[in-house]
Order: sequence, then C-alpha cells, then structure tokens
Amino acid sequence: MDFISILSIFVMACFVGYYVVWSVTPALHTPLMAVTNAISSVIIVGALIAAAAAGAPTSKWLGLLAVTLASVNIFGGFAVTARMLAMYKKKER
Amino acid sequence: MEHAAALPAWVMLAYLIAGVCFILALRGLSSPSTSRRGNRYGMIGMAIAVATTMATQAPVPIGEFLPMPTPDDLVILGEIVVAIAIGAVIGLTTARRIAMTDMPQLVAAFHSLVGMAAVLVAAAAYLNPHAFGILGADGLIHQVSRVEMGLGMAIGAITFSGSVIAFAKLNGNMSGKPILLPARHVINLGTLVAILGLIAWFTQDQSPWVFWTVTALSFLIGFLLIVPIGGADMPVVVSMLNSYSGWAAAAMGFTLQNTAMIITGALVGSSGAILSYIMCRAMNRGFLSVIAGGFGAEAATSGGGSAADRPYKRGSAEDAAFLMKQAESIVIVPGYGMAVSQAQHALREMTDMLTEEGVKVKFAIHPVAGRMPGHMNVLLAEAAVPYDDVYELEDINSEFAQTDIAFVIGANDVVNPAAKTDKTSPIYGMPILDVANAKTVLFVKRSMGGAGYAGVDNEVFYMDNTMMLLADAKKMVEEIVKSLGH
Repeated sequence: MDFISILSIFVMACFVGYYVVWSVTPALHTPLMAVTNAISSVIIVGALIAAAAAGAPTSKWLGLLAVTLASVNIFGGFAVTARMLAMYKKKER
Repeated sequence: MEHAAALPAWVMLAYLIAGVCFILALRGLSSPSTSRRGNRYGMIGMAIAVATTMATQAPVPIGEFLPMPTPDDLVILGEIVVAIAIGAVIGLTTARRIAMTDMPQLVAAFHSLVGMAAVLVAAAAYLNPHAFGILGADGLIHQVSRVEMGLGMAIGAITFSGSVIAFAKLNGNMSGKPILLPARHVINLGTLVAILGLIAWFTQDQSPWVFWTVTALSFLIGFLLIVPIGGADMPVVVSMLNSYSGWAAAAMGFTLQNTAMIITGALVGSSGAILSYIMCRAMNRGFLSVIAGGFGAEAATSGGGSAADRPYKRGSAEDAAFLMKQAESIVIVPGYGMAVSQAQHALREMTDMLTEEGVKVKFAIHPVAGRMPGHMNVLLAEAAVPYDDVYELEDINSEFAQTDIAFVIGANDVVNPAAKTDKTSPIYGMPILDVANAKTVLFVKRSMGGAGYAGVDNEVFYMDNTMMLLADAKKMVEEIVKSLGH
C-alpha cells in the first residue's frame, strides 16, 4: 500500500473515532479507557513480527518482551473491562 | 521467515475485519446494555489480528495457500506462546484482584505498558528493518518509515514515562502536589523542539546516535511534563496519555502498513483527545493550562486561614438520619473523598433504607469528580447502585431547586458557588452542581481545615441551610445507616 492510501484510512478512522466516542455515555468513560487500553495493544502485531524474525537476536528479544507487555494489557484490559461492565445494572422494577 | 513486502489479500482483509471489530467495541459503549457485546467484539478483533500475524510469519510455498512452518518456526512459535502466556497470567490476575477504587492507577499502569511496547517495537524495527519490510533498495530505511518510527518511538516513550509518573501520583508513591522545577516551560519546550529536530535530522542520517537520543529525550520529556501536574488534574492527564498510547500505535501501524493498527490508533487517539476535552471543559480550563501544570500549588497556601473563624452549623449522624427520613427527595453528590474512604457500599445501604422509607434518592455526578473520567460511576456500579439512578450534571442540575436534601460526600470544588460568583477564584467559570439551591445541604467532610483541591473556601459550608457532618465519609454514612435502622 502506498502512503496516501494508508493516510486515507487513518484520517477516516479518526472521524469514525470522533463520532463513536462522542456517542459513548459518560457513565462508561472508565470502561472506555480500559477497553481502548486493551485494543491499543494491537501493537502486539509489530512485536510478533520482531519476535518471529531471524538474524537479529537483540531485535528478537525486544520483540518477545514487547509481546509479553502487550499481552498483559490485552488480557488485563479486556478482563477488567468485562468485570466493570458486569457491574452496571438497571433498576429492578 | 520473510516478511513479504506485499501482503496477500486475505491478510489485509483480516486486519480490516479486526479494525472493524475494534470500532464495534467502542460503539457498544454507547449504553450499558450493549457494552458487554462490544467488549466481546474487541476480544474477537484482537484474536483475529494476533492469529493473522502469527500465520503470516511462516513461509508460504509458491503456489500454496497455507504457510509451511519449518522446525525452527515451531521453536519460535513456542517462544511466542510462552511470552503471551506470561503476559496473560499477569494481566488476568491483576484484572481480577484490583479494587475498583484503584482503577485510575491500573489504567495509568496499562498505558505505560502500551508506551513501552511501542518503544520496544520501534527499537526492534530500527535494529532489524528487513523483517519489517521497511528497507529500501539502497540498503537504508525508507525516509517515510524513519519519520513514522521516530514518532512512534517518541510518543511511546512519552506515554511510558508520563504514565509511570501518573501512576506514582495516583497510587500515592509520590505526592499528588505539583512539583515545580524552575524554568520548566523553557526546558520542556527546548526538549520538545530538540526531539522534533532530531526526527527531521533522522530522515537524512539514520545513524544510531540520532535514534537513541530521540529515545532518551522522549523518556525525559514524558517525565518532565507530568511531574508539575497536581492530583485533581489527573483526569486530564490520564485521558491525554490514553490518547498518546493510541497515536503511538498508529505511528507504528504506518511503519508496518497495518490497517488494524492504524484504525485502532486513530480510535484510541481520538477517544483520549475527546475525554481530555470533556475534562477540561468540566473545569473551564484550557488544555494547555492543565498541561503547563502547577494548578493548586499557590492557592493551597493562601486559602486556609480565614476559613476557621466563620460560624457554621455542625450536625451528628442522628440529625442527618432524622432529616433524611423526613425528606421526600434526596440527591447524593459523591466526590473523590468517597473513593478515598471506600464509602460507596455504605452509601448504597443508606440509599436502600431511605428508598424503603419512601424517599426518592438520586445520584449526581460531576464530570471531573474523582481521578479519572467516569470514576464515580464505576464505584457506584460496584456498590450495585442501578445506573438509571445516576445522573450527569446537565440532566440533574435544574432539579436541586425542588430537592429537599443535597447530600454532598467527599466533593468540594464541584459544588462551590464561587465558580459562578467570584471572578478572582481559580475555579471561576467551572460548571458546578447547584447544591446550594436545595432546601437543606448535608455536607460530609473530614474537617473544616482542608478546603478542596483548588484551595478555595466554599460558601456552602456557612449557609443557614447547611449542616456540616464532620467525619470520615465511610464512618459517617455507617453511623447514619445505624440511626436510620432505629
């Protein structure tokens, strides 16, 4: 992909983000932060590439370390979000 | 092992689907009833992104569709699985054990991990550009990739060191008071300019010293930026760091030409930016003034003296219980003090007893109550307060005039009328909850000494219809519950 196509995706995604986030109810702003935390760990993709590459041991170990850090975030982030969301209850009438 | 320059179509499609799942994850948060499904979309998206990346790391024989892993590949796969497993155990244990009151610290800690991961990935890409497919024909890294990598590294490092400081302040390892270095604006600005200049220079000269100097300076500036910011401005800081972690992921997504990373980075980046904006608006302060820091440092020293001599009415738990039993409607205004003393469960018990007596009880939440956006809502949800009893500022503010009792617990600045009347006040212009309009105000506060974070005295303390309940928030509520039971 050339730079312009990637930039287009990025700009469009910024707009999507803008509208989607404004529609998030303020009561769920803490879960929002927790879940955005989890999904921004998609950076694990880069970490996996580094960890799987041969020929550069330093880069490989940095990659593996990054995989671990990102995994903490992915599992922890989604789990803590799920835990919070499970607490939000409607009134029983 | 080769990371092919042009990815197969199914791979691109899979990353796109992962990106869409992440959009749906945020979309679900528009209401609590759809939020759990949204969270599951997020998990599915992440699983797709990880599985796709793993699958594309083994070579695909020409003419074949599926990758053929060699024995070496299987060893690498094993290492990766172990790395993920370690992370999973740490992450899941933390998520299960963490107290809801500690959520701001946890989020700050998680931000620091994203930042560090971005730094490590950028460093790995710099050390092994071939694997990331960013090497040009001349044997040098593409110039565009150098900018993206440099920015990813810089933002990641700022996110890391900034979040570590934010964590230390929220967790109490470090004083929440702003720490002011002399000439800090000059130092910060200079460092920032140096980082940007070096990234520009990096496009011309990809030698290691440029890259590692950018790294070191970025760690430094993250530290310098957050140190002067005080505890109550943490909602803005945490949101801002949230935003940065997104931009770091986006920058690395550009390097890897990965749509899932770019979409996610843009989503998280805008999310954090919007939250910072909402927090700033709720304090009527400019984003730059928050970032410049120092708020609450000067005022706190001048505010204390005059307050002590003014007359105020003090009440006991029995008085409060008696008044509340007689009331028809009560609005409870929680603040950071409620989180500190963990009073939410006792508060819920009190609410139940009052509801049984036929009193209508509602909760009013100011956007900056607590240490992160939505902090109070989570704590009330934890105590099983139904979310339809919890109202935002705009939705409930006009109701105070028809309310019998406003019960303020652990909040101060967010109910201070000085924000409306006193032009010289540091909180002037900040939207407040108009508790003073209620027939009676019950104000739970530890003592008359401390005057809130902004260090401003509060007129509400001295009003004729205010009764001060001076005690630890949790103890006071528990005593009220006891009296209500009689």
